[in-house]
Amino acid sequence: MRNIWTIAKREYDHYFITPIAYIVAFAILFVLGLIFLAIIQSSIQSALYSNGSAPNITVVNWWFAFMLMFGVPALTMRLLAEETKTGTIELLLTAPIRDYELVIGKWLGSFLYICTIIVVSLLYPIVLNQFITPSIDWQLVLSSYLGVVLVAASFLALGVGISAIFSNQVAAFFVSLITCLGLFFLIGIPASFMPPGSAASSFFSYMVMSTHFDGAFNAGSIDLSNIIYFFSLIALGLFAGTLAVEARRWN
Amino acid sequence: MIQVNGLVKDYGARRALHSITFDANQGEIVGFLGPNGAGKTTTMRILTGYMPPTDGTAIVAGYDIVEESLEVRKRVGYLPETVPLYTDMTALEYLKFMADLRHIPNSEARAYETLEQVNLKDRANSYIGNFSKGMRQRVGLAQALIHRPEVLILDEPTIGLDPAQVVEIRNVIKEIGKDRTVLLSTHILTEAQNLCDRVLIINKGKIVAEDTPENLQSRLVGSQRVVLRVRGDSDGLDATIKKVKGTRSIETKDADTIEFEFSSGQDVRPQVAKAVIQAGYELIEMRPVGLSLEEIFLELTQDNSAGKKS
Repeated sequence: MRNIWTIAKREYDHYFITPIAYIVAFAILFVLGLIFLAIIQSSIQSALYSNGSAPNITVVNWWFAFMLMFGVPALTMRLLAEETKTGTIELLLTAPIRDYELVIGKWLGSFLYICTIIVVSLLYPIVLNQFITPSIDWQLVLSSYLGVVLVAASFLALGVGISAIFSNQVAAFFVSLITCLGLFFLIGIPASFMPPGSAASSFFSYMVMSTHFDGAFNAGSIDLSNIIYFFSLIALGLFAGTLAVEARRWN
Repeated sequence: MIQVNGLVKDYGARRALHSITFDANQGEIVGFLGPNGAGKTTTMRILTGYMPPTDGTAIVAGYDIVEESLEVRKRVGYLPETVPLYTDMTALEYLKFMADLRHIPNSEARAYETLEQVNLKDRANSYIGNFSKGMRQRVGLAQALIHRPEVLILDEPTIGLDPAQVVEIRNVIKEIGKDRTVLLSTHILTEAQNLCDRVLIINKGKIVAEDTPENLQSRLVGSQRVVLRVRGDSDGLDATIKKVKGTRSIETKDADTIEFEFSSGQDVRPQVAKAVIQAGYELIEMRPVGLSLEEIFLELTQDNSAGKKS
């Protein structure tokens, strides 16, 4: 546990001296800012011409998850790939720490960094709350943010796992990006061509992340099956990463 | 402290280590000498728990390297060939990180202490990325020393250092070697000669010789070679030397310099000197040319490959 924390802390600190981490944070928060502005404006418009509805933070958070798809690979690509490239992996693999502690530590460091961005983005619901009486639906906000945290955690775990496999950061970036993209959208596409209710269709619609994010957390429902989905992805990513590190010892 | 028994390592179909066996005791500095690709780094990586052997066993600091890898790693300090440094950290941050990974209490104080040991205390807060090669090497060494390991494994510790730094690092290693076990690899032969209590010569994954540097030298030196210089005219000098019984392989090196050999058993130098002076030459120098470890090394590694071919 202590080793995981030591590794995580170094990674977390490291993000604050790398430009790429600032670029990711800026890009995410900038896009969310635009979306936030847009939903407030559209709410005002619709309020003028019709009955309208209160602006909703879940739109912002959908875009958050969308941006994570690009941001996470940029944050995770160097985590283990760079260590392999520069040879510092030799330092970590001969230090008295277990391979899984190294992988989990790397993941935790990047997760804490994303959590920092998430905390900053809490500004939006807080600001939104000022416009709405009696108040926004905090339960929905909580559920939606929990969803964002889980999306981030699972993307990061997969990114760390992929970074452990490659010694080239660019390769790690693109493979992570494709994996995130695939999970977020692509894997759900076959379901639309299949007879609804068939086993294959329900498999693909279970696999796609939007079922568990858009359709669950971001709609205000917290369900165990959705939590299990995300936890499985996290476990898969970290397990693959540990295996890749172990395999590195053998070649 | 280090007991290696029949270590074998295969990289795919290529066998990098052919059953290596040796040991190193506490308070001993053992040098691993061999050409590039001989298996030095592979052996060290196995002993430090970086990778498992294909076959064979090794006990380091009392623990089995495969079964109790974590216990071994706690007790071993390792400086790999490519010094593993985080260039975006300061020397102090880096050493503190390494100390934390090894659960050292007061990690910052220990980091300072170790920086002092390698003479880098005044650069503690500089980024490693701005360090010269020699300073990086010293930070790497500090990292290997930070937990006061029982066993120190150094892969080419003085490579890329300037002569003053080499002396400095060697002194640090000598100091540590007094009460701990040091295994270091090098292909600089004088280094092995200066530093090591015992030398293992490794070639093509096999240990071809193992002894103290002095014994290795005398074991292989069956004959003694001498350089002789005269002032002025040296015509006919070789013939004069040839006449003295026991001299052989006479070679004229320069107008005034000549080299010859004699069997170690019978020192013919006084006779040669007398003969040269009596022949009217002005003898100004006569000194032995020691067969250096370098030559021994070449002899051993070449013999080995020649033997393999036949």
